[in-house]
Amino acid sequence: MRGNFLSFVKKESLHILRDKRTMLVVMLIPVVLMILFGFAISTEVNNINVAVVVSERTDGISDAVERLAQNDYFTFKGYISEDDIDPWLRSGKVGAVVVFASDFDRRKEQAAQGIDTKPIIQLIVDASNVNTAGSATAYLQSVLLGSASQQAMFETRMLFNPQMKSAYNFVPGIMGLIFILVCAMMTSVSIVREKEVGTMEVLLVSPVRPVKIIFAKMIPYFAISCIVLVTILLLARYLLGVPMTGGVWGIFSLSLLYLMLSLALGLLVSTIATTQMAALLISAMVMMMPILMLSGMLFPIENLPKFFRVVSNIVPARWYIDAVRKMMIQGLPIVAVWRNCVILLAMTVAILGVSLKKFNDKLE
Amino acid sequence: MGAIEIDSLSKSYGNVRALDSVSFTVERGELFGLIGPDGAGKTTLFRLLTTLLNADEGSAKVDGFDIRADYLAIRSRVGYMPGRFSLYPDLTVEENLNFFAALFGVTVDESYDLIAPIYKQIEPFRKRRAGKLSGGMKQKLALSCALIHRPSVLFLDEPTTGVDAVSRSEFWDMLAGLKERGITILVSTPYMDEASRCDRIALCNEGHILGIDTPEGIVRGFDKRLYGISARNMFALLERARRVEGVEECYPFGEKHHLVASEEFDIERFKAEFSDVEDFEIVSVAPTIEDMFIKLMKR
Amino acid sequence: MSDIVISVRDLTKRFGDFTAVDRISFDVHRGEIFGFLGANGAGKTTAMRMLCGLSYPTSGSGSVAGYDVRTEGEKIKRHIGYMSQRFSLYNDLTVGENMRLFAGIYGLGAKQTEERTVELLDRLNFSSERNTLVGSLPLGWKQKLSFAIATIHRPEVVFLDEPTGGVDPVTRRQFWELIYEAAEAGTTIFVTTHYMDEAEYCSRVSIMVDGEVRALDTPARLKQQFSAESMDEVFSTLARGAQRGE
Repeated sequence: MRGNFLSFVKKESLHILRDKRTMLVVMLIPVVLMILFGFAISTEVNNINVAVVVSERTDGISDAVERLAQNDYFTFKGYISEDDIDPWLRSGKVGAVVVFASDFDRRKEQAAQGIDTKPIIQLIVDASNVNTAGSATAYLQSVLLGSASQQAMFETRMLFNPQMKSAYNFVPGIMGLIFILVCAMMTSVSIVREKEVGTMEVLLVSPVRPVKIIFAKMIPYFAISCIVLVTILLLARYLLGVPMTGGVWGIFSLSLLYLMLSLALGLLVSTIATTQMAALLISAMVMMMPILMLSGMLFPIENLPKFFRVVSNIVPARWYIDAVRKMMIQGLPIVAVWRNCVILLAMTVAILGVSLKKFNDKLE
Repeated sequence: MGAIEIDSLSKSYGNVRALDSVSFTVERGELFGLIGPDGAGKTTLFRLLTTLLNADEGSAKVDGFDIRADYLAIRSRVGYMPGRFSLYPDLTVEENLNFFAALFGVTVDESYDLIAPIYKQIEPFRKRRAGKLSGGMKQKLALSCALIHRPSVLFLDEPTTGVDAVSRSEFWDMLAGLKERGITILVSTPYMDEASRCDRIALCNEGHILGIDTPEGIVRGFDKRLYGISARNMFALLERARRVEGVEECYPFGEKHHLVASEEFDIERFKAEFSDVEDFEIVSVAPTIEDMFIKLMKR
Repeated sequence: MSDIVISVRDLTKRFGDFTAVDRISFDVHRGEIFGFLGANGAGKTTAMRMLCGLSYPTSGSGSVAGYDVRTEGEKIKRHIGYMSQRFSLYNDLTVGENMRLFAGIYGLGAKQTEERTVELLDRLNFSSERNTLVGSLPLGWKQKLSFAIATIHRPEVVFLDEPTGGVDPVTRRQFWELIYEAAEAGTTIFVTTHYMDEAEYCSRVSIMVDGEVRALDTPARLKQQFSAESMDEVFSTLARGAQRGE
């Protein structure tokens, strides 16, 4: 019977290959998302024009301004008077203005000695783009204060992403999203299509167990997802320069597990939905929304209200994205995320079990 | 032992009784027709017999196997063509056939002699996508696919619906050929005129069987006198004829209206009464399956 | 106004190098029941679409209810009724709501809508079902109802695309009586069907083969011309010569 299993796989691959438009979309979406997030978002702190207001150019201030001028992300536009601050910001000539206190040097010295006082620097930032303003503010502080007091002032979160390149954070998020899209949505739609067209009736009235046909269905989608996975990893490494010091193989193996989980989810959806439209809606609403909102992709989980923090525990993407982040950006090895791996594995087994049990070889 | 033995099968969907205690037997090698409109329960009966649904009550055997207990055995023995076009429109004719062969663990060559009379007609288009075939050719492909594993019983649910009269007639010729090969065929159709192509038929409506017999036997059951009447203005004739005493029933039937006469009906008096009608004609006609169906439905 | 409601001259539709409808010409008179037959793929649907103002002819001319099929498609749509087997009514609306909806689509005022609704329901013996969901009605009723709704704006012509598919023989006849009645009242009926006995009910029948109208006459004369017993035979004789499928 192995011969006919292969012919089922072949038939399924033909469906996919013949539907060139869907195929193109599936292959292009990850690339487009990567480029979009990678560039559009990573340049958010790029090329911010900064002007400086001082009463007296002391050595400390000169040092700070020097560091600012040399930084790639800021363009030093010169010293201006206090009266110019408002018109310069308004006209968009600068995105931020740095105002140094007159006793800046003395206070900085005190801070270095551990006396509890902060250098008086006022940052006036064009906050029309909240994200840019926030990142710029944080980054400006670190640049201006220099290495001495930096550690005392900033939390460790920045350590792993000193340049604040947010694309790093998005790569795991995109992966968590894309694989659900390709695997779960596409397999569920393709199974439900057979119900809708009526071919499922003929398949059921045959000696082959439907489970076999369904596994044959998953294989081509698994293969496509693997290609997408490799594409994403290559783009992340060579286009966005994500370090991946934790080892590519760890990320790859974990992603394979996540792929299987997504396929199982697709199968589960197909047992519930009776029309392709319903399958799409369930995939979009029940799976995509939690990934966007509750997986830490857009909003850090720590910042969520308690209720959603608890709910986020059952979102598989949360564990996947968290683990990939740790491996990709913090450079941890796969053993460091063993807990995530176990949770994902358990979820896969559970979902697969439920959907196989629910999958009926009758029409009712 | 019959090829299909049905014993008081019932099936409901919610409040709707789709099939109400249906019983009949189809003999081996018989071409048996289920004749009835939409909602008669034909599709439900097919799905029960092909083990796609579970019956609420009653039992049935297909090729000697119980539809509930031995459903897996049945699935490898029957060929099924559902009412909807149930092939893959994005696969070619050849790919569809090969897939269904693989599904049943056979090769196309093994069954080629059986499907050849049908498949040969579409073989020139084997590289064409199934979705691009004409209605008649789709039916031929679907039938070839249903036959690929040499089933002993063939279930065809409304194979000729929406197909033009010529293709329909060709399709029945093919079924006659399959019957020659000893395959038992249960086929449903909403077209009454196709009944004469079956060995026996069951007339069904709203989940009930109205009558089972050979087409000739069914017609013999029509125990009333039947006339065909026509005139220049057919609609006026219809309305007027209905008001005449002794006219039990009058309904359009092709070029004539059929008039079902009761005991009191007097043809000479009727002729006299309608003598003023332009081009009026009345002749005695032989009842058809459809007349019988109408009679059974009204009862 | 003339007696000719549909007039078609050399109407042609090409898709690329495929000629779906090939120079068809005919006239349909007021109050006629015009049967439009053809094998699958003969070009019936394409021709009907052009007549309903849904598709532009490649060449040739035609007028429906006095409007040009090439330039006045929108006006044609307002003056015809259309009913097909597939899409007829909204199952999740009641009988009355469906009527109001279609009356609204054809621009009837509130008073007129109410009048026509009452009148149609009355004629169908259906007044008690006004608040019933269409989805819960038997198929035969739905078909009758959609015919009634297709005529709610009193169109000059009604196009019926296989209106009786799958309907039981009793309801099918009741349906044809509605058609007779409408024709008697002066509405022109343009109908396609796969039931050959229904072809006999038509005043005149045209049979399309391979995009051309191959025969057009009264059923009686057609049978005479092809020395056939029934319309089924006439149709088969013509359609067997068909070169193309769907």
